[in-house]
Amino acid sequence: MDTLDDHAKDISEDAAAEAGPNSSLEMNLKEQDTGAGGPIILFFILGLFASLVVGWIVFPKLLYSKKKQPIEFNHVFHVEAVDNGCESCHFFREDGTFSGAPKLAQCIDCHEEIQGISPDEIKFVEEYVSKEREVPWLIYSRQPDCVFFSHAAHIQGARMDCVACHGHMGESESLKVYEENRITGYSRDIWGKSIGGFKKNTWDRMKMDDCAECHRENAANIERKNIQTPTQRLIGHMVNLVSPGTSTFDKGGSIQTERDPCFACHK
Amino acid sequence: MKIGRRGFLSFVIGGAAGTALSPLPWKLMDDSSIWTQMWPWTPVPEDGEASYVNSVCTLCPGHCGITVRKIDNRAVKIEGMKGHPVNNGGICLLGLSGLQLLYGPMRVKTPLKRTGKRGQGQWEKISWNDAVSEVVEKLRDIRSEGHPQTVGFISGFDRGTVSRLFERFLTAYGSPNFMRMPSVRDSYELAQYLMQGVQALPGFDFENSDFVLSFGSGLIDGWGSPVRMSRVHSAWQSAGVKVIQIEPRLSNTAAKSDKWIPINPGTEGALAMGLAHVIVKESLYDADFIENNVEGFFDWKNLVIDKYSPDTVASITGIDSRTIVVLARGFANASKPLAVCGRGNGTTPVNIDECMAVHALNALVGNIHKKGGVWAVSEPDYINWPEIEMDAKAAAGMQHERLDGAGSKTYPFTRYLLPRLPETIDPGEKNPLQALFVSGANPLYTHPDTQAVRNAFDKIPLVVSFSSYMDETAQNADLILPNHIYLERYEEVPTPAGMIEPVIGLSRPVVEPQFNTRHVGDVILQMAKGLGGSVAKTFPWDSYDSCLKETLGDLWNYLIDKGFWSNTGAMPPFFGTSYETASGKFELINKDNGSIPQFKPVSIEGDEKDYPLLLIPYDSMRLACGFIGDPPFVMKTVEDSILKGKDVFVELNPKTARNQGLREGQRVVLTTPKGKAEVKVHLFEGIMPGLVALPRGLGHTGWDEYLAGKGINFNTLIGPVEDPDSGLDAAWGIRAKLEKA
Ligand code: SF4
Repeated sequence: MDTLDDHAKDISEDAAAEAGPNSSLEMNLKEQDTGAGGPIILFFILGLFASLVVGWIVFPKLLYSKKKQPIEFNHVFHVEAVDNGCESCHFFREDGTFSGAPKLAQCIDCHEEIQGISPDEIKFVEEYVSKEREVPWLIYSRQPDCVFFSHAAHIQGARMDCVACHGHMGESESLKVYEENRITGYSRDIWGKSIGGFKKNTWDRMKMDDCAECHRENAANIERKNIQTPTQRLIGHMVNLVSPGTSTFDKGGSIQTERDPCFACHK
Repeated sequence: MKIGRRGFLSFVIGGAAGTALSPLPWKLMDDSSIWTQMWPWTPVPEDGEASYVNSVCTLCPGHCGITVRKIDNRAVKIEGMKGHPVNNGGICLLGLSGLQLLYGPMRVKTPLKRTGKRGQGQWEKISWNDAVSEVVEKLRDIRSEGHPQTVGFISGFDRGTVSRLFERFLTAYGSPNFMRMPSVRDSYELAQYLMQGVQALPGFDFENSDFVLSFGSGLIDGWGSPVRMSRVHSAWQSAGVKVIQIEPRLSNTAAKSDKWIPINPGTEGALAMGLAHVIVKESLYDADFIENNVEGFFDWKNLVIDKYSPDTVASITGIDSRTIVVLARGFANASKPLAVCGRGNGTTPVNIDECMAVHALNALVGNIHKKGGVWAVSEPDYINWPEIEMDAKAAAGMQHERLDGAGSKTYPFTRYLLPRLPETIDPGEKNPLQALFVSGANPLYTHPDTQAVRNAFDKIPLVVSFSSYMDETAQNADLILPNHIYLERYEEVPTPAGMIEPVIGLSRPVVEPQFNTRHVGDVILQMAKGLGGSVAKTFPWDSYDSCLKETLGDLWNYLIDKGFWSNTGAMPPFFGTSYETASGKFELINKDNGSIPQFKPVSIEGDEKDYPLLLIPYDSMRLACGFIGDPPFVMKTVEDSILKGKDVFVELNPKTARNQGLREGQRVVLTTPKGKAEVKVHLFEGIMPGLVALPRGLGHTGWDEYLAGKGINFNTLIGPVEDPDSGLDAAWGIRAKLEKA
């Protein structure tokens, strides 16, 4: 900046010499000269600060809309009331597929008639059970259609706990607000509460990186070791470019891509 | 403080740096890539519980068993049913695309009543009760005026409880005018009746024959039960079965046969007689069978020897005499030879002489009711309903002759002659047809000379369509009372076309009816109840489903459990009892009416001077040309050399094209005595010179935007030609000319 300023000064001095001692041009340039150095950094900081605020604080507020579930639900209460814990409602079907959020068919056993005094239960029975309409639950963990995920492989095969991905949902007394990404239509829980993508717990995010992370950590015990997200792949390639052979990624089953087959997880 | 250029720039740079350090660009990048998967036109399959329902496909007479995969309440895939005697897991393109007929835009969603002129497409929605009462009122009027015989019913099918309900309704009401859509089954039924004295379905034991001689039958182009035929065809190839295809055009069947013999169109019957000549002359026939089971052999032999020498036949058919002799020897010397007829996919009849000549070939080699031969298959006999109650009006109405002339003095043995119907329809007071019901059929598309049929229909005061789809007949009806489609209703489906073992399948609701439609069986019951009296008494059931359950008895549970019933061990009755002719034998010359297998050329329309070319149709598995039109998936498979954009191509031999001064892709006007259409030229070595071939199944005006307006309907260019002996439509083509557009 200095060099530039000096250069400008030179030019303006030349110009002033040409124009005579009291020209207005000289006055102008002088003024600008003295007022520039400090504010430029200030402006930079201002811009930096403003965009950080926008990026970290305003953007997430704009990105997500808040939606309420169609009816309230108390997990704690229900887990106590049923015999088989979580599996009473979130069960594996005979063919090994996972039922996910319960359908009316599961609720109807108890809720054919109104059981208590909760206004939400009354609404549930009147609006849904008796009209045979499924409740349009907003699913926090809904993934894009291209994602192929087998609950059976993880829960029954690897004996993982639901909590590892879904957190302590079963201990909630009410359903949290559903924050819907205005662009993608998916829940905020996929990217995670933290807009920066930071997480403390395994269940804070549900992106492909998180799958990959867990699979890497447990590489010794599991089959799909070499899940590489596009970001990891890019970094791996760049590292390899700078110093060949140092990429940390293991080779997967595919000869062409050196990865595990994409279709294991992508439909 | 003023913000100068440099200040602004540093603000921007600061902003850019800050943005890069914030999650905004990275998150947006991620989101926008996910967003691209969320476009509304990207289909997202349902997620839910998978289940399977076994049913039967009735989109064609193939009647394949199907297994429909469902996710929760949505049907997501149709597969062939494993272990089914017809298709054993196989399925055709149309059957596979059935879901588009369930969820697609061509459905009629509720009863509709015409408000504008016929065919104008102006409808008002009307309730089921109003619709049915309107029909009942009209029927009551017609009946009280004493003309119950002026009510007609066109059905795509004449077997099973639903068709029997239609017939029963008409009989109790007092009309003999139940008509089935034409097909080669008409010819076979008549040939079997004249030669074997039985009313039965023709069955072909293709699985066990070792030499198949096809007179133009598109064995893998939709003839018979298409999936069964393609299974059989693969088996033939691995077993080394000889398949000889005789037809003027190199169809898929011809291309995959052992030998394709091009023949002058319409002379197939002459070739059959020529083959018989060689077989008789060289004593290659099954002498045992002829002696014990055939009547009239010696008289017929004289005719064959006299009139059908290879040289004579060569001049008629254009096949050289040497080939005829070799072919006859090959056929007769095979251990289980089988000859079949019925051009293309068999949806048009052939003239009775041709069918009898081909059938006689099978008799000559003793291949009737034998392994690998032709069988007269009797219907499984499970419909035992109480006698029809007929009051005086019904009895009087039933005394009238049928409008189509079937069963009349002229055509005593033919059962249905629908193509003759249009010419009998007159306007005015004495119109012999006051009301017409159409179900499972689309005559305004499939009938030859479509325009004339439409004009005739326009004169019928009331036309009611039961179509589930907005097809051409529905478009021109007064009332549409939409039936559930086959994936939404119960119906038992008896033996598929061409099978020799009796099979009954159960079509059942795979999903709930999607729209305000009603089972046509229930509508008939409702109409009967509305009419009251003896008509109502004839229908003692509350609903079609209860009628079906009661009719099937123990079979119902079996069908619900297994999806189909078949009797593999069951063989139709053997010789002696199976010939119910006057002589008790297979009659080469019918003792009652003297009909005899011979060759009589069908005189097709148009004279050679004005129309130097011959137009013939061709069929393909990719173009449904019956009462169902191609759903979008199937349309997508139609090659560019058949249909490009909205233009259909006619096939022309390069020689013909040269003579006519035409080249590939050229736009031309195709004119026949019946109509005119703009088409494009496709040069094809596989068609005989002098011929023009046009695919069937295009040129719809109904259905949906994916089908309507594409190509030309072959039936608008051809008219029926009556076979003088049977009354059947024997037209195999029409004379035509091509002019540069
Ligand atoms: S062959 Fe006919 S019955 Fe069989 S699946 Fe295809 S359309 Fe359906």
